[in-house]
Amino acid sequence: MTAKTMFEKIWDAHIVHEEEGQPSLIYIDLHLVHEVTSPQAFDGLRMSGRKVRRPDLTVATMDHNTPTWDLSQPILDPIAVTQLDYLERNCKEFGVTLYDRFSPLQGIVHIIGPEQGHTQPGKTIVCGDSHTSTHGAFGAFAMGIGTSEVEHVLATQTLRQFKPKTMEVRIDGPLPNGVSAKDVILAIIGKIGIAGATGHVIEYTGEGIRQLSMEGRMTVCNMSIEGGGRAGMVAPDDTTFEYMRGRANVPQGSDFDKAIEEWRALATDEGAVFDKVVIITASEIEPHVSWGTNPGMVAPVTGRVPNPDSYDDEGDRESVGRALDYMGLEPDTRIEDITLDRVFIGSCTNGRIEDIRAAAAVAEGKKVADSVYAMVVPGSAAIKAQAEDEGLDKILTEAGFDWRVAGCSMCLGMNPDILDPGERCASTSNRNFEGRQGKGGRTHLVSPEMAAASAIAGHFVDIREW
Amino acid sequence: MEPFVRVHGGVVPMNRVNVDTDQIIPKQFLKRVERDGFGQFLFNDWRYNADGSDNPEFILNKPGYEGADILVAGRNFGCGSSREHAPWALGDYGFRCVIAPSFADIFNGNCFQNGILPVILPEETVQQIIEKAEKDPGYKLHVDLEAQRVWDDSEEVVATFDLEPFRRYSLLNGLDDIGLTMEREDDISKFESQRGIHGGVVTG
Ligand code: SF4
Repeated sequence: MTAKTMFEKIWDAHIVHEEEGQPSLIYIDLHLVHEVTSPQAFDGLRMSGRKVRRPDLTVATMDHNTPTWDLSQPILDPIAVTQLDYLERNCKEFGVTLYDRFSPLQGIVHIIGPEQGHTQPGKTIVCGDSHTSTHGAFGAFAMGIGTSEVEHVLATQTLRQFKPKTMEVRIDGPLPNGVSAKDVILAIIGKIGIAGATGHVIEYTGEGIRQLSMEGRMTVCNMSIEGGGRAGMVAPDDTTFEYMRGRANVPQGSDFDKAIEEWRALATDEGAVFDKVVIITASEIEPHVSWGTNPGMVAPVTGRVPNPDSYDDEGDRESVGRALDYMGLEPDTRIEDITLDRVFIGSCTNGRIEDIRAAAAVAEGKKVADSVYAMVVPGSAAIKAQAEDEGLDKILTEAGFDWRVAGCSMCLGMNPDILDPGERCASTSNRNFEGRQGKGGRTHLVSPEMAAASAIAGHFVDIREW
Repeated sequence: MEPFVRVHGGVVPMNRVNVDTDQIIPKQFLKRVERDGFGQFLFNDWRYNADGSDNPEFILNKPGYEGADILVAGRNFGCGSSREHAPWALGDYGFRCVIAPSFADIFNGNCFQNGILPVILPEETVQQIIEKAEKDPGYKLHVDLEAQRVWDDSEEVVATFDLEPFRRYSLLNGLDDIGLTMEREDDISKFESQRGIHGGVVTG
């Protein structure tokens, strides 16, 4: 038997049909649905008189459009209301489970999948959302798809895909103190570039990944797409199983132990060959801050904003110049000298309990700078409840942070949480594209620790010296 | 889906790399529940000023580029969000074909689902086309999917491109993926019946 990578094992186990020169027909174990990318897909089904083949393998939630203010208040945006109503109607008509706005299980789609135990090792998981790569942290093959493909999966529970290539990203050695999962992935993207993994499924390996909690692994896998990757994954191990044990929707009791045996066998075989390998030394990773308008435009917090003149490639020179222009930054500015108007802690990248704990630990007994408005938005209703149980909301609100209801919030500003033009924000989300958080808004991607510390200082600070 | 065989039309040069889908169609327009009508919002934040007037500096607003069929841009076009609204907006605006040195994966797949042809050409050829189209708004290209060939009227630019035969066949015939897969119903049912009790757990 030839040695296989974890991705190849999962891929091979899901082939429904294969033909030379054609994309393979792959079975999908879990289809996650949200309001933004599904209405046209359900409409397509209706128009052609098709059903959802496996409503039992389909789960829907509301996250992108939902305001993060108190649930007793109405949604003011009529178009958002239409989209949410559509999802509700579609789920009812097609028999799909929906965690609606008021459900205690509601939250960002990539947070509730793992939280509710839907996400499991060895599964193929899709969602009409590019950050579906998050679920790969459990050793699943999880990827974002477009709306036509959403319709395809709803109708057939399969997807037509050309087999992607494989790429190993190995983080050698233990991570230094003060360096979080977010810094690891920002450093990776900074190194490989935003198209560095195009066409590839990334498997993250090495001690620097193994030592991460499930929350941290999800943060890393979440941003695989920011490096162009089709998916990102981490082999399941005891950390994975302990996170999963006892959750709803996972096998229980002795079934769980049996499942663990199978899940362990998913790991990449010794001697399996990846199409591409990137190795990063953990001890060289520093806390990172993005300075530009794509997630590859990053620098260590101790560094400076680059100078466009220092690039050889004309395209790079031009896009760096344009990015600095948009971001309102002078070349060679020290990262620590960049001052902030806003801080956003949340999103499917860093809106989990561990992230909120990290922010609270930094903020405890301190005060947010007068010049900064800072908000913390838990990624799910369950995380919000847990954080409140632990008293984290108190610590954060006493420090001057606004404590909100779960949702995507200011990660993409499709709801009332947006930046004003020119406002500068330290954000724990995953994208700093122009206008992502509001037209003219300026986003700097950072870890929750760095975001909380910068909220208090009013500018970026090196968390290692906090 | 509308078949794509060939197009002869105007070219909009967009000399930028890494154009992401948040720029192609900003998030505030994703709340619509229809598939059409996105063309008016294409490149919204670049195309319009804060007061809603046209930004005269942006290429789509420059005279002579109206009604173009082909968009030509720098490498890694369509990166970022998976939103299919991006090809919907391009198609609704009137583009049938996008040419670039490389595309992001999800965007590339989404184009094929919507009858838009993404053509990968070498960086130098793309630059050559961009320069010509910037100088002359009347510059036109032929893109022939059947022949897998791109050329201009003067034949100063002539290039061939690669494409998976399956993609080419589907696009030429306007075939709907779902219909094709439905024909495999037996295989899908068989696969389902052979799965282990845990469903998602790999048992093989
Ligand atoms: S939090 Fe942001 S990236 Fe995550 S699903 Fe919501 S909008 Fe997308």
